[in-house]
Amino acid sequence: MRILSALVVLLALATLPFWVSGYILGVLTIAYLFGVFAMSWDLLFGFAGEVNFGPTFLIGLGAYSAGLLDNHGVPVWLCVIAGAVAAVFGGLILAVPALRLRGPYFGLITLVAVLVLQQVIVIFAGVTGGEIGLTINDVLSLDPGHNYWLALGFLLISGIVLTLFSRSAAGLILQASGQDPIEAQVLGFNVVKHKLAAFAISALFSGLAGAMLVFYLGTASVDTVVDISVGVQIIIAAVLGGRRTIFGAVIGALFLIIAGEILRPLGQLSTFVVSAVALGVILFFPDGLVGYLLRRRERA
Amino acid sequence: MRTLLEVAGLTKRFGGLVAVKDLGFAIREGEILGLIGPNGSGKSTAMKLIMGIERANAGSVRLAGEEIVSWPTHRIARAGIGLVFQHSRPLHRQTVRENIKLALLPDSLLRLVADRAVDEHARLIGERVGLGAVLDRHPATLPFADLRRMELAKAIARDPKVVLVDEPFAGLTLGEVENFSALIRSFREEGKAVLLVDHNVKSVAALVDRVLAMYLGERIAEGPAEVVMRDPTVRRVYLGGAIGTHARDIAPEKTGVPLLHVSDLSVLYGKAQALEQVSLEVHAGEFVSVVGLNGAGKTTLFNAISGLVPYSGRIIWEGTSLAGRTPGAIARDGIVQCPETRELFGDMSVAENLDLGGQHQKPAQRAERLAWLLDLFPILQSRRAQMARTLSGGEQQMLAIARALMMNPRLLILDEPTLGLAPVILEQISRALEVLRQTTPITVLLGEQNVTFALPHADRVYVLEHARIIWQGPASRFAEEAGAGYL
Ligand SMILES: Nc1ncnc2c1ncn2[C@@H]1O[C@H](COP(=O)(O)OP(=O)(O)OP(=O)(O)O)[C@@H](O)[C@H]1O
Ligand SMILES: [Mg+2]
Repeated sequence: MRILSALVVLLALATLPFWVSGYILGVLTIAYLFGVFAMSWDLLFGFAGEVNFGPTFLIGLGAYSAGLLDNHGVPVWLCVIAGAVAAVFGGLILAVPALRLRGPYFGLITLVAVLVLQQVIVIFAGVTGGEIGLTINDVLSLDPGHNYWLALGFLLISGIVLTLFSRSAAGLILQASGQDPIEAQVLGFNVVKHKLAAFAISALFSGLAGAMLVFYLGTASVDTVVDISVGVQIIIAAVLGGRRTIFGAVIGALFLIIAGEILRPLGQLSTFVVSAVALGVILFFPDGLVGYLLRRRERA
Repeated sequence: MRTLLEVAGLTKRFGGLVAVKDLGFAIREGEILGLIGPNGSGKSTAMKLIMGIERANAGSVRLAGEEIVSWPTHRIARAGIGLVFQHSRPLHRQTVRENIKLALLPDSLLRLVADRAVDEHARLIGERVGLGAVLDRHPATLPFADLRRMELAKAIARDPKVVLVDEPFAGLTLGEVENFSALIRSFREEGKAVLLVDHNVKSVAALVDRVLAMYLGERIAEGPAEVVMRDPTVRRVYLGGAIGTHARDIAPEKTGVPLLHVSDLSVLYGKAQALEQVSLEVHAGEFVSVVGLNGAGKTTLFNAISGLVPYSGRIIWEGTSLAGRTPGAIARDGIVQCPETRELFGDMSVAENLDLGGQHQKPAQRAERLAWLLDLFPILQSRRAQMARTLSGGEQQMLAIARALMMNPRLLILDEPTLGLAPVILEQISRALEVLRQTTPITVLLGEQNVTFALPHADRVYVLEHARIIWQGPASRFAEEAGAGYL
């Protein structure tokens, strides 16, 4: 039943390019990629129990690596893959020492990592385009419909992979490591190994999505893929949708991006309205939208 | 018989405190070694050192001849040592079955599907420890004994060669202790080496092959249980004397308005009836015990009185209803509960926890109380600056009781105060309650399943069973009229 309705919704979404405007497709394309960011983040927070304040560190690495390689004439698809590799590599370099620390330090280190990346981009403005951003000449596709399908397909695959992983035996171990690392170790699990794996998977999808995003936008800039505020949006999206649900993160991301777009005429006020709604949901449904629905079904 | 676990020269210091000092022992296949000692003597720490959760400052731990003292915990676990913690540590978001299943999984990143056999195996283990009926429930909804069963189930699932069991009997009823003893005995038959810590001296003595007694981190005696229990030092620092009865000759006045009057109290948790039409009275100056097995509803009763759970029925305190009052207001009115779960501020020091208890009192009075309490629990004095979270199980219990007393309660509600305390401390607390009763106008409502502690002090006893009061009367009549199942 659930699978059936999911298929119907999916089919409906897949037909959108035949009857909605390119503008709407554009908004949804970005929302889908944003959904992947949020899902990747939820894998770390909801399952590994680590608050990563720097999702944009991973995304930025993917985005800028892809963009820089593209400027050197590397084929687009290779750039995207290289972006993912860079995100995983950079993420591991960060996580290996950070995961050794207990408590809130992991979060702090990820936060600092974003600031450092931002500074590096600004300092090496000659290569990276600095504050203005890096112009990217190639695109994944010229057709908005194709871009939309790419993003939708990518969202779908990421969603399936992340969901399956989170519900697998390894996912159970990961949750145990997040909830009670000492107990997990006593049961014979190498907690650091499992958290690193989760971090790598999170980085992989973040990097891929980051690289795809810059090719879609035609530019890589600090404001769109690195800035702390982008990371905060991702976190809000995941919590809003419901932590530890993976799928909820997509709903949260769609809500944030679409609501932001609809309210755009309000200017500055739109950010305020969207944030207020998000705050309200988090206060009254601490399990998030999807989490709330799941809970209700469990109780029924 | 092969020696499985060999510990030598094990030492652990926390700052200036030597928690474990030059400890050594060996356990063979199919042998159960009992480890006893007063609260804070280093028993749990010794287990954590063996398990690699704490790092030893010196010493060696050998598993089947191999030195493992510097290995990380997960590797030690894989090599074949299992630990059942003093406090249950379930994964709250998973079901009982998933909790057990987890323990059956290999440490692999690639194992994406646990096969059917794992599921089946988890069910079998669940049934073996008596969790068959609750496999699909979440740990938060389980009664205390089932939580402890789940911890044992996880240890069984790991199938370790050496099992370290920390206070498996704490908080269990006689019948449950029997069950658990049988399970631990089955470890012996499987050729496992078992290290068992518990303050239930009788059950330990009945189960073990040998006993090692510790005091201040050091071994003070070792040998057959009867011999160690007769050792004068062990008697002095650990066992103490028997708890005397303190029945008062004249029962206090029971006329007039009771201090606390509970009538027709019912509490529902979802569909489960936790309390049904419970009525009870406590008069000023009285000492009332509520006796009941685990899950009978004692904690729910106390939580309702403290305003922590919604209820139907009436709770009248000094003639006025407590309905609609916040827990804070109720506590300021003089009803102070010392909860089973202790609820200490883990990241604050012992002194800070006690100061918080004395917040609402005049400085002079507070200082006097504090001095009295530190005299009563000298170990708290020596741990004043330590974070509450790092105290031993028994030390935490003493701190919880002391903090409740700091609040200068008019009605003190003690929920299972004996949990995890050494016999000698029980005796001390027993004497302290007696002193309180004679020198202050305090009224006490005590919830216990350990009747050897609940009876001696009680003026009156209520027996709570399956959410209802089934007996009430003076302590002297309890044994013959309601004692079955408790004595
Ligand atoms: N992390 C820590 N920091 C400082 N002191 C500690 C720490 N852990 C334990 N201690 C102290 O070491 C001593 C031994 O503690 P341990 O938990 O081993 O006692 P125990 O014998 O298990 O007592 P109980 O019977 O009460 O459980 C205690 O006095 C405790 O306060
Ligand atoms: Mg202990």
